[in-house]
Amino acid sequence: MKELVIISGKGGTGKTSIVSAFAALAENKVLCDADVDAADLHLIMAPEILERHDFKGGNKAVIDKDKCTECGLCRQLCRWDAISEDFEVAPISCEGCGVCWYFCPEKAIEFPQKTCGEWYISETRFGPMVHARLGIAEENSGKLVTLARQEAKKLGETRGLDLILTDGPPGIGCPVIASIGGASGVLIVAEPTVSGRHDMERVAQLAAHFRVPALLSINKFDLNADEAKAIEDVAVEHNIRVLNRVPFDPVFTKAMVQGKTIVEFDGNSEGNRAVKELWDQTRDFLEGRPT
Amino acid sequence: MIISVASGKGGTGKTTVATNLALSLDGDVQLLDCDVEEPNAHLFIHPTIDRTEAVTTPVPVVDEKKCTLCGKCAEICQFKAIIVIGETVLPFHELCHSCGGCVEVCPEGAITETGRELGIIEEGHRNGLRFAHGKLRIGEAMSPPLISKVRSLTKPDGLTIIDAPPGTSCPVIEAMKGADFILLVTEPTPFGLYDLELAVGAVRVLDIPCGLVINRSDLGDDKVKEYAEREKIPILMEIPFDRKIAEAYSRGNTIIEAMPEWEQKFVDLYEDIINIVNKEGKQTS
Repeated sequence: MKELVIISGKGGTGKTSIVSAFAALAENKVLCDADVDAADLHLIMAPEILERHDFKGGNKAVIDKDKCTECGLCRQLCRWDAISEDFEVAPISCEGCGVCWYFCPEKAIEFPQKTCGEWYISETRFGPMVHARLGIAEENSGKLVTLARQEAKKLGETRGLDLILTDGPPGIGCPVIASIGGASGVLIVAEPTVSGRHDMERVAQLAAHFRVPALLSINKFDLNADEAKAIEDVAVEHNIRVLNRVPFDPVFTKAMVQGKTIVEFDGNSEGNRAVKELWDQTRDFLEGRPT
Repeated sequence: MIISVASGKGGTGKTTVATNLALSLDGDVQLLDCDVEEPNAHLFIHPTIDRTEAVTTPVPVVDEKKCTLCGKCAEICQFKAIIVIGETVLPFHELCHSCGGCVEVCPEGAITETGRELGIIEEGHRNGLRFAHGKLRIGEAMSPPLISKVRSLTKPDGLTIIDAPPGTSCPVIEAMKGADFILLVTEPTPFGLYDLELAVGAVRVLDIPCGLVINRSDLGDDKVKEYAEREKIPILMEIPFDRKIAEAYSRGNTIIEAMPEWEQKFVDLYEDIINIVNKEGKQTS
């Protein structure tokens, strides 16, 4: 089974709109939303949740005031300044390292595992989908991404599918690293701006660092055709296969407002024709054909 | 005063708002780009960089001569970043959260610390505006400690504007906590609204006053406005979609460079924020 992960570096370049269109165009696939921090794919896929599971993340320290003698050792050892002068642990600052719990001479600190979010197996009009929701202000997003991808793989194998189509998170940090390791390829969706070029280059370096083959498509290319060309030149330098460009087309926003993919909303639009060509090229890559 | 510009969804215009606000105001202003994974503010500010610093985080090194393979380090580590295999203790620096537990627990004093590079910080200025950002090293997973380091450059006086990363998890919290005001930037689409609700959830956890900028305000629907009204979140600015703004942005120009009449709007935005902060401050005291 192949896995294609759509990433961008910079946020808001159109990852999820393109994944949605691919969902309508690709066959025999399972969908996976790996942007667990601000997941949006479900807004278009309208999944019917079949299974709901808790996501257990790390642990957090809690001080039992009855046992605490306020010796101050925990405050001295904590590198996150998470314990206040009156010996309360700030959950937002607690890293979950357990050092205070381990060393407390009075055993006054508990260290329970926390439920940090949920993950789901769902059915959509385009096939099965695995998605997740990290609790607000929670950590361990990388762990949840890894879990979602593993579950999508299991589901794909059980159902005899050929492809995992994964909507990745923005950035180059922990959740992105967790999203791309071991994938068949990443499609980088970039926008033709100086920020887009800067961010594309960093995410391209990340893909190279983890030895994942990368593809590039410039979205909204006509907002600055010179910049689009400059980004494609950077991609070629990084041995990235440059695929079809997608124009700025208000139909993408209109389709999103209706909760539809652009394929369903307006098959004759310029945007849809470009995305369809992009998908054909991406499929060729996944099936090992030259473009 | 610290204003953190955040969004939930990426690409809604955080950097546009943060840079235009910073460049519109006179006086003692500092801009800290805390989106260390993909920092962009410098592409619009064009700062002169005066100082570069490599930022590291402590990770363990084991002295094999002193180590008795007792395994206490592996036992205390919550992140599986140090393990005992056969006759060796193996630290995994990429997994280490730098808590120092292994150093503290080792009965032989066999563990010391070295640094893992998180990335770099660059500090500079453009005329009177002070600027700093962090750049996460490619392949480094942990951005919060680097964000925290950028924030440690906050000057005690004057105004500090923080350009936060997208999302709602630990890196964003690191860029928002301790701020006096959170300026949320969104777009009026279903994705914008959904992620805005998550971002407001995070702001409420931190209990900081917030307000809204709606970018590309004429593309999409009215649901963001209805939501803001319901939640009593003031809409402080609307920026319509304008090809002139989009094209200026694409070249690395700010709105106020392309359309100088916007400068006064950003000055007004700042005054609105001051008024809210003063009012909310009085309510809590």
